[in-house]
Amino acid sequence: MEDLFQGYKGDALETLKKYNVRVWGKTHIVTTRGEFDGTILPRAENDDDQHIVLKIDTGYNIGINITTIKEMKETGYKKANYKVPEKEFPYTEGQPKVKLFGTGGTIASRLDYRTGAVIPAFSPGELYGSVPELADICNLTTEKVFAVFSENMGPQQYISLAIAIGKEIENGVDGIIIAHGTDTLHHTAAALTYMVQNLPVPVVLVGSQRSSDRPSSDAALNLMHSAIAAGHGDIAEVMVCMFGPTSDEYGFLHRGTRVRKMHSSYRSTFRTLGDTPLATVTRKGVKAIKKRYNHRRKDKDVKILPYFEEKVTIVYYYPNMQPDVIDALVDCGYKGIIIAGTGLGHVNKPVYPALKRAVEKGVHIFMTVQTLWGYTHMFVYDTGRDLMAMGVVPLDNMLPEAAYIKLGWALGQTNDRQEVIDIMETPINDETTKREPYNGYLLYQGGVPEVEQFVKNFRK
Amino acid sequence: MSTKITPKQNYELTRQQIGYVDRRLATPEDYRRIGFKSGLEVHQQLATKEKLFCHCPCGVFQKNGDYDAEVIRHMRPAMSELGGYDGTALMEFKTRKNIIYRINNETACTYEVDDTPPFKINPEALEIALKISLLSKLNVVGEVHITRKQYLDGSIPTGFQRTAILGVNGHIQLRNKKVNLIQLSIEEDSCREIADVGHERWYKTDRLGMPLIETVTAPELVTPDELRETAEYIRFLNRSTGLVRTGMGAGREDVNVSCRGGSRVEIKGVAHNKWIPELSHNEAFRQWALLHIRKLLLERTKKEKWQVNHMELDPHEFKFTYLPLVECKEKQHKIIAINIPEFKGFLSHFTQPDQVFADEISQRLKVIACIEKPNMVHSEQEDLTISDHDFATIRTHLNTNNNDAQIIIWGPEEDMETAIETVVERCEMIFDGVPNETRKSFPDGTTIFERVLPGADRMYPDTDSCPIPLSNEYIEKLGKDLPQDISERIELLSKWAVPADAFHFILSKNIFPIIEEICERFKFDPKRVAIFFGHTYKNIVGKQKAHNDFNYRKLIGLFKFIREKGLHINIAKYLLPILFQHPSMEFNSMLTALKFKKRSLDELAAPIDFLAEKYRDIRKTDDKEEAANWIMGQLHKQAIGNIELRDLREIIDKRLQ
Repeated sequence: MEDLFQGYKGDALETLKKYNVRVWGKTHIVTTRGEFDGTILPRAENDDDQHIVLKIDTGYNIGINITTIKEMKETGYKKANYKVPEKEFPYTEGQPKVKLFGTGGTIASRLDYRTGAVIPAFSPGELYGSVPELADICNLTTEKVFAVFSENMGPQQYISLAIAIGKEIENGVDGIIIAHGTDTLHHTAAALTYMVQNLPVPVVLVGSQRSSDRPSSDAALNLMHSAIAAGHGDIAEVMVCMFGPTSDEYGFLHRGTRVRKMHSSYRSTFRTLGDTPLATVTRKGVKAIKKRYNHRRKDKDVKILPYFEEKVTIVYYYPNMQPDVIDALVDCGYKGIIIAGTGLGHVNKPVYPALKRAVEKGVHIFMTVQTLWGYTHMFVYDTGRDLMAMGVVPLDNMLPEAAYIKLGWALGQTNDRQEVIDIMETPINDETTKREPYNGYLLYQGGVPEVEQFVKNFRK
Repeated sequence: MSTKITPKQNYELTRQQIGYVDRRLATPEDYRRIGFKSGLEVHQQLATKEKLFCHCPCGVFQKNGDYDAEVIRHMRPAMSELGGYDGTALMEFKTRKNIIYRINNETACTYEVDDTPPFKINPEALEIALKISLLSKLNVVGEVHITRKQYLDGSIPTGFQRTAILGVNGHIQLRNKKVNLIQLSIEEDSCREIADVGHERWYKTDRLGMPLIETVTAPELVTPDELRETAEYIRFLNRSTGLVRTGMGAGREDVNVSCRGGSRVEIKGVAHNKWIPELSHNEAFRQWALLHIRKLLLERTKKEKWQVNHMELDPHEFKFTYLPLVECKEKQHKIIAINIPEFKGFLSHFTQPDQVFADEISQRLKVIACIEKPNMVHSEQEDLTISDHDFATIRTHLNTNNNDAQIIIWGPEEDMETAIETVVERCEMIFDGVPNETRKSFPDGTTIFERVLPGADRMYPDTDSCPIPLSNEYIEKLGKDLPQDISERIELLSKWAVPADAFHFILSKNIFPIIEEICERFKFDPKRVAIFFGHTYKNIVGKQKAHNDFNYRKLIGLFKFIREKGLHINIAKYLLPILFQHPSMEFNSMLTALKFKKRSLDELAAPIDFLAEKYRDIRKTDDKEEAANWIMGQLHKQAIGNIELRDLREIIDKRLQ
């Protein structure tokens, strides 16, 4: 049955019922603050029960306090139909076949009256309706695998995606795009790097920092860039494709294990850490930055390794951390712990006994750095040596998130201490690198004249 | 029918045919004849410290070249809440502009360039706007909902303006008319445009995000003068709070105008109220002229039958001498000739003073197809830049009829499809009357095309912010702290017999409360004080720049001094210039500077007889009036500040009897 009072509850709901007025009803309201005319709109569930939302003739929304209402009368009814225009995606002979998996997230979202925020929405027709340029790039088919925000993505989704990618490659697709929320885009990118190996075609993860219901959204351009990378690019790896600068200029292709979201709201939030991005991408094509990468192939020899152990965690170390934190994790049955340690990979002495106990109980503990850039160097100070002696294994310059996902993936395959260490220490695609190039760490500080000059002239 | 159009003659002829009158000669009857109808959207910046949705400072402005970084954006149309696309949105998308924002770190943060969601609405701004809503007798909403209003011209980097309605259905009382107000909204101000050339447009972001209110009147103003009075009234009302910004660009009006059978056309961003009458007058007659063209066209043909054809011209075939056409070869630009059937006499048809219908097409070519002017030549221009021979060849190629008109356009190949569409679309619109559009104004009272007028279809709830409830207690509290109505102030000024020419200055500078305070505290005649401000003070403000320390409190101090010292108010006029330049000087020293001496009426009257004697020696006539004038002149200076000059004159007149 249709919900006549969408989102209304408590007193507000009673008021609507009392005057026999529905959501989408054109209504005349007399209040102690004067008279109002408009269409009753649904109300967000988390908003209070003291107001009714009205769209007035000029298109604006206002709220009416129910305690001021003296009289209300429905004079008409017109339900809005919020729908992106759907058009069948045209097929063009000679263009690459690209598959787009939808998982939800900002790139394909629309208004949700339940929460008043945006929710994921997705269909191939909708996508073509809003970004018709895609048809000039590739022959796109789409499949909605889930509709969740990025923070709700997890092991189950990684596994389903890995399997779905395997099937598409089997079907002879030329490239794959995964539309994904941005918050945990880099977790998924790392997971797919481990689970989908020896890729013959590109797998491009893409999102947007501004929802596609905004005129200045980065969604359309990101989608175009990802279609070019997936359909035409030569780099057959799991990559993240997002804005290079905040301007509508070019995108970066980041290696799935070295990429991280670095700003809560900037468009150019994704950065490759400790290395350069793989390539830049514009509407004209992909331009490689890195000389060494996995090239596109004609075969279908992909390896799908869909494993994951969920009892894995990251511990972000802070001064005065108490050992009971580690004890509690062990007692809860955690099988693997990634520590994001300070400096070169350190924690304080009081935690030692807890770590020792954990390792003895068979928990696999690895060390990464919370500085994000740089390597663990646990021989430099006694602390590091002590920790290693207790069985904490350093992971060089592996990012904490990439390490967490990798440990889950490793423990999904084996619980043998040496085998786990071997898996962790053998890079699949640069989650640890032997070298850190000088231009892998560039965080310029504002205020310095030459930086200001650079920003003004070059950084659009 | 004659075959050749003489553009100037045709302009004059059509100007007469539609009955265009100069505004200075126009009567209410003229406006009734063409069905003049108009309304206003009055924008007013609020004097807050910070911007509306972030913590950047307000009212700090930068020069065009003073920036730290640039950001480039493109705008795509997004759907409205009710599921439609907006007309302007689609037009703007057609133009494919690179929008470049210049950012100065002092005045813009990541919010302005849409890299950070909005912070909570500035409560100071909300409070000022609510006070003005109450003064405007609006029904204040129970809960404020922030809405996104799409603007794809790039004037806001998000592609939408965050705006919210605070009140609906209000009114103001003009001298002879009650004007209804549709609504008042609070919104963020937009960027300031730096330049717009071809496919690139530059903006600076200093003004972006400053709090602004928009008061919208009902479309019920029927003469340009009524429009102006309304604009002034709303400006005075806003300023009466003392909480709004003044100065260049702080108050701007959008003027909506139509004539009978016409359409709503919005003249955007009129900075001076005194321009409103001329602009609205010309706009109503422009529409009247377009409807005249429509009538003539419908006499000749039907929309269904009407078919435009065009062709590309090979520059080698013609002997073009007109530079823009000559350059096309080198620039590899395309030249397109278009035949517009049955349009003869229309391209040179009057639309506004010194503008003809062809200008409407040229302006759209610039805005929609991004082709800089000069961007066309046509068959009805005075200085035909294409030879008769070439034009004859073109006509033959296009297979034209005698009643047709031709337009030749040129530009980069990729823009020509849109350009042709633009020309055809504008001509075709004649069949339907006057297109809805926004127009940019010029000080001479004319306007040019700016954009297609957006509709309600561009509204979308702002999903980044929560509704803000307005409790009854809060609204009641604000209601207790309001200045009196402008209409009441006007009534009081009239009652005090203040000359009407003094009203404008007093209300526009919000001096009324100062006058009231002076009269209440120091018991002066309000008429005198009002005239002091409305004439004397206005005069000096217009001529000199005040010392930085000068302010209204100093003027209150002046009147306090006059009262305490037992001086006559007529000395205020003489003290003012000193105070204006030396606000820190002691009033007693000012008196010394004026060589003032305290004298009674008797003391001042004492020399009258002596002076009368003296006058007899130097007199040229026996006219007593002149004698009195001369004596008055001798005593005038000593009398100032001591007595009413009229009283002295009476005594002189009596003695001379």
